[in-house]
Amino acid sequence: MEHYLSLFVASIFVENMALAFFLGMCTFIAISKKVSAAFGLGIAVIVVLGVTVPLNNLVYTYLLADGALTWTGVSGMENVDLSFLGLLSYIGVIAAVVQIMEMFLDKFVPALYNALGVFLPLITVNCAIMGGVLFMVERSYNFGESVVYGVGAGVGWALAITALAGIREKLKYSDVPAGLQGLGITFITVGLMSLGFMSFSGIQL
Amino acid sequence: MSALTPKSVLTTPLFNNNPIALQVLGICSALAITTSMSLSVVMGIAVILVTAFSNLFISLLRHQIPSSIRMIVQVVIIASLVIVVDQILKAFAYEMSKQLSVFVGLIITNCIVMGRAEGFAMQNTPGLSFLDGVGNGLGYAFILLVVGFFRELLGSGSIFGFTVLQTVQDGGWYVPNGLLLLPPSAFFIIGLIIWALRSSYPEQVEANEFKIRANTEPKEAV
Repeated sequence: MEHYLSLFVASIFVENMALAFFLGMCTFIAISKKVSAAFGLGIAVIVVLGVTVPLNNLVYTYLLADGALTWTGVSGMENVDLSFLGLLSYIGVIAAVVQIMEMFLDKFVPALYNALGVFLPLITVNCAIMGGVLFMVERSYNFGESVVYGVGAGVGWALAITALAGIREKLKYSDVPAGLQGLGITFITVGLMSLGFMSFSGIQL
Repeated sequence: MSALTPKSVLTTPLFNNNPIALQVLGICSALAITTSMSLSVVMGIAVILVTAFSNLFISLLRHQIPSSIRMIVQVVIIASLVIVVDQILKAFAYEMSKQLSVFVGLIITNCIVMGRAEGFAMQNTPGLSFLDGVGNGLGYAFILLVVGFFRELLGSGSIFGFTVLQTVQDGGWYVPNGLLLLPPSAFFIIGLIIWALRSSYPEQVEANEFKIRANTEPKEAV
């Protein structure tokens, strides 16, 4: 239990997706002008990461890894290594999950769909999702760990984008040098936030 | 955008319409690997190849792709190309691919590749699309190299692994700035590059949402 808790905290703060690994930067910069929009996108990312990381973990363990197809019982299958198909399968799973989630929400939870609907298509090409999946494979998490890691990484990303949106809402009233206006100052702000999150890196859990 | 000549397609993405500095595309996988020049070069070449060939293939197929499923088709083409690049790196530059870790795979979700496929290759001929891919890849690689140059030179006193500024640890005089090896520095450097680019191309400056009134009266200043 303690192990899961420390993984959760580490994935939120110490290994923050956005501020330590630069993942999901395109949407991170583009959708962080308003706190409400940023928060909606953050929630959507938490949900999608929490679903796709464990799902891809299953895909990897039972279909792609070296000797993973042994369970089929067909002879010769124990030598099959499909891990080179990984990238293609992960992005396929992510795209499918996002699509299904969109249709499901539209049909059964229209209120949530109205809030998140516009963000869902954006998420397919969000590097944070793909990054979360690839980190999960690289660090060979088991199923339980991948659930915790997926949700934790999502929460960390949501936290970062909401905080940045808060800062940017205040920032638009300040007098920034012309060339630094908009994009430039946003990068500097993110850099300072990232510097702040570095202070978590000494934490040993 | 004036007429599309092969030369303009190749060169505008370098400065005038840089994918990172102006279009804000593809920063995702870029910044983490710019701690050294050689990693930046490898990453830059990988992205140039993937963007160029995905543009070429998508442009060749553009009349065959039904518009309702075009995203999926594009993603599949891009993912296949990235797998090829990944396997080549693993075969011939294993150490390098270990250091790049997940970031090669992340080229798939790099917005530059997808953005150019959607925005350019779907409307233009294969030859032009290929050049556009190379141009945008070069613009991306250019920023990577600049960031990589500063981070490696100031962070560890070397360029491409060759010592330029002898560090104190090796008995030299240069005290390396450890901050430059940490994530935040990449954001600062990109921010400053954007500032520099926009100062030389003033038409790229974003309009201010609010005009702040000058502090004219002395009593307001106190």
